[in-house]
Amino acid sequence: MTKVKSLADLKAMREKFQSNLDVREKSNNQEEMVQIKVAMATCGIASGAKQIMEYMMEKADAMKIRVVFTQTGCMGYCHAEPTIEVKVPGRDPLVFGHVDNKKADEIFEKYILNNEMVDGIIPVNYEVIDK
Amino acid sequence: MAKYKMHVLVCGGTGCKASQSAQIVENLKAVLTENGLQDEVQVITTGCFGFCEKGPIVKMMPDNTFYTQVKPEDARTIVEEHIIKGRKVTNLLYTDPENNEHVSDSKHMGFYKKQIRIALRNCGFIDPENIDESISRGGYEALGKCLSEMKPEDVIQEIKLSGLRGRGGGGFPTGLKWEIASKNHADQKYVVCNADEGDPGAFMDRSIMEGDPHSIIEAMAICGYAIGATKGLVYIRAEYPLAIDRLQIAIKQAREYGLLGQDIMGSGFDFDIELRYGAGAFVCGEETALIHSMEGKRGEPTFKPPFPAVSGYLGKPTNVNNVETFANIPVIITKGADWFNKIGTEKSKGTKVFALAGQINNVGLIEVPMGITLREVIYEIGGGIKDGKEFKAVQTGGPSGGCLTKKHLDTPIDYDNLIAAGSMMGSGGMVVMDETSCMVSIAKFYLEFTCEESCGKCTPCRIGNKRLCEMLTKISKGNGTMEDLYELRNLAAVIKDTALCGLGQTSPNPVLSTLDNFWDEYVEHVVDKKCRAGVCKSLMSYEIDQTKCVGCTACARNCPVGAIKGEKKMPHTIDPAVCIKCGACIERCKFGAISIK
Ligand SMILES: Cc1cc2nc3c(=O)[nH]c(=O)nc-3n(C[C@H](O)[C@H](O)[C@H](O)COP(=O)(O)O)c2cc1C
Repeated sequence: MTKVKSLADLKAMREKFQSNLDVREKSNNQEEMVQIKVAMATCGIASGAKQIMEYMMEKADAMKIRVVFTQTGCMGYCHAEPTIEVKVPGRDPLVFGHVDNKKADEIFEKYILNNEMVDGIIPVNYEVIDK
Repeated sequence: MAKYKMHVLVCGGTGCKASQSAQIVENLKAVLTENGLQDEVQVITTGCFGFCEKGPIVKMMPDNTFYTQVKPEDARTIVEEHIIKGRKVTNLLYTDPENNEHVSDSKHMGFYKKQIRIALRNCGFIDPENIDESISRGGYEALGKCLSEMKPEDVIQEIKLSGLRGRGGGGFPTGLKWEIASKNHADQKYVVCNADEGDPGAFMDRSIMEGDPHSIIEAMAICGYAIGATKGLVYIRAEYPLAIDRLQIAIKQAREYGLLGQDIMGSGFDFDIELRYGAGAFVCGEETALIHSMEGKRGEPTFKPPFPAVSGYLGKPTNVNNVETFANIPVIITKGADWFNKIGTEKSKGTKVFALAGQINNVGLIEVPMGITLREVIYEIGGGIKDGKEFKAVQTGGPSGGCLTKKHLDTPIDYDNLIAAGSMMGSGGMVVMDETSCMVSIAKFYLEFTCEESCGKCTPCRIGNKRLCEMLTKISKGNGTMEDLYELRNLAAVIKDTALCGLGQTSPNPVLSTLDNFWDEYVEHVVDKKCRAGVCKSLMSYEIDQTKCVGCTACARNCPVGAIKGEKKMPHTIDPAVCIKCGACIERCKFGAISIK
C-alpha cells in the first residue's frame, strides 16, 4: 500500500486520481465547457461512433481542452453517420457528419480552438425544444 | 484503468437505502454487464443528496440528469433508454410543482438553487468508502498545508478570522475554543467529535458522516495539530450503524495511506482516531455528559467550569466540536478565512445545514448561507406547505428551541436573530407546521421528550419539567385555568435559571415561545375549552345532526363504550359524558350525520 509521505505526494495522487472524477466535475459547469454529443443509435455505432468518441476523448485530453462528452440517440442524419454535435460556449451548436479521425482532428484544431470553419457541417433546420 | 464515459451516482444514505437503493445499484450493474457496458459506465454509491422527499435518487453524469423515486426495476429502463439510446426517462424526472414541467438538471430545481454547499460539498458526489475519490476532491490537502506550511498558531488564527461558530447548538467561536485548549499544557490532550445528534428529527451530522467521512477525519487531525493533541475520539450513537461503518472504513483507509498514525506526511506529527459508542441519550450530547459517558461513567453532566478545554476526558484538556463544525474546517484552510467570512451575516459566518421536516413539500437536507430568510427556506427550497395548507409555525432548535411564526418569516436566519426571536439555531432541525398543529400539544410533545431524557441529577430539570408537562396535560384536557398559564411562565423561568446543564436551562423554551407567540390559543384552551386545530381530543365533542340521522344504528352498535342511544329508525344522540372521542362512529356513519365540534 502506498503511503503519502508529503504534501507533494498527496498532490501527485490527486493529479493521478482526478481524471476518474472528471466526468462528474464537468457536469457541474457544463455550460462553460465544450460539449460534444455523439449520436449513438444503431446506425451511428455501426459506422464507428464508439471508436470516434474514444478517439476524441483522448484527443481532448492530449490537447488539454475540457470537453463534456455525452451520447445521444439518433439525430436523424443516418446518411452522414457518424454525426456529432459540437457546442462551444458562446457559439451556436454545429452538427458535423461523416466524422472520422482526420475530421475529428480538424474539428478540434480548427473549429474548437480557432473558430475556423471546417467542411462537413450539416445544416440544422430544427430548433431543439427539450433542453 | 478503464476510463468511464459515464457515471451513475446512486444515493446510499440511510433514507434511500431503506428504499432499496442497494438493489438499484445491483440491478444497474447487472443490466450494464448484460449490455457489455461495464467498462464504460461506472455505478457509484454516494452519500445523501439531500432531496430525501423524492428518494431514492439516481444522478447521471456528465449530463447531470436527476432521477427521483427510482425503483429497482427502473434500472433496466435507465440503462436501455438513457445510457444506450440517449433518451431521458421522463417519468422518473422531477416535476416542478409550479408549472408541472419536468426538470432534468438538478441545478434548475428550486430545491438546490439557493443552496451553498460547504459542509455537504462531497455528499452525493463521491463514494464515501473510497479514499481516492476524497483525495481527488482535495481531501487531506488542508491537513498537508497545515503540517507543512502553517504553525499551530497560524491554524488557530485562520479559524478565528473565519468567524466559524460551533454548529452543535451553542454557536461558540471555534477558533477561540481551539486557542483555549492549545494554551492549556498537558502531557496528553484530546480532540472529540460530538456525533451524538440527539434532536428529534435531525440528521445533518449523520448525513455528513455517511457521505463524507474523510472530511471529519481530516478536520480532527487539523484540530489535533492546532491544539497539540495526538488522540481523537468520535462519540457516535450506536443507532447510526451506516455512519459507524463508513467512519471505520475511512479511518482504516486513512491509516493505510499514512494520513492517520505516526509522522503524518513526513511532518513528525502523530494523530489517530477511535470511535466511542453512545446508547442514544439526548443528554449525552451535552459535552460534559458526553465525556463522562466516554469514560465509562453515567452519562450525567457536571457544572462548568471547569470547561473541557481545561479538564475534559480523563481530566485532560479536551476540545469538543460538532460534526458539521469539523466539516467546515478543511475548506476554511484551503480557501482561506477571507473567502469563508464573506458568506453569511456580520456575526454568523458561512452556511448552516438544516434538516427540513414536517408539513413541507420537500422534506430533506439543505445547506444554506447564514442570513437567508425562513420564507426562502420554506417556500423556495422547501416548496411550500403540503397540500396547499397555511403556514403556522416552524420549530427550530429542537427541544431546546422554540417556535417561530409568520411574523418571523422575513427574519434573516443567524444565531443572534433566532435567539432574539425566542428560539435558537440548535443543531439544525427545522420542523414546519401548518394550521392542523396545536401549539399546546407541540409544547407538550417537547416537554415529554425532555422529561424522558432528563438524567435526573438536578431537581429543577427532574421535577420542574415534570410539573410543566403535567400543567400542559391539564390544559390540553380542558381543565386548565388562567392561573395555570401564569404559573407555566413562572416555573419555566425558575427552571431556566437554576438547572445544572444546557438541557434543563433550555427545556422550557418550547413552552415559553409558544406562550409568547400563541397566547390566544392557550387562552382558548383554558377559557373557551376549544382546540382550534382539532388535536386535543378532550376539547372536542361529537354530535349527531338530527336532520341527517336515519337511525340505522350502525354508530350505536360500533360505539365501544355505549355512549350512543336512540331507537331504530329514529335520530340518535351521543352522551358527551360517556363518549371517549375515539371516532369509531364517524367512520361507520354512511350519512355524514356525525361531526366534531
Ligand atoms: C442537552 C444538550 C444536548 C446536546 N446535544 C448535542 C449534540 O447532539 N451534538 C452536538 O454537537 N452538540 C450537542 N450539544 C452541545 C455540546 O454540549 C457542545 O456545545 C458542542 O458539541 C460543541 O461543539 P461546537 O462548538 O462545534 O458546536 C448539546 C448540548 C446540550 C445542553
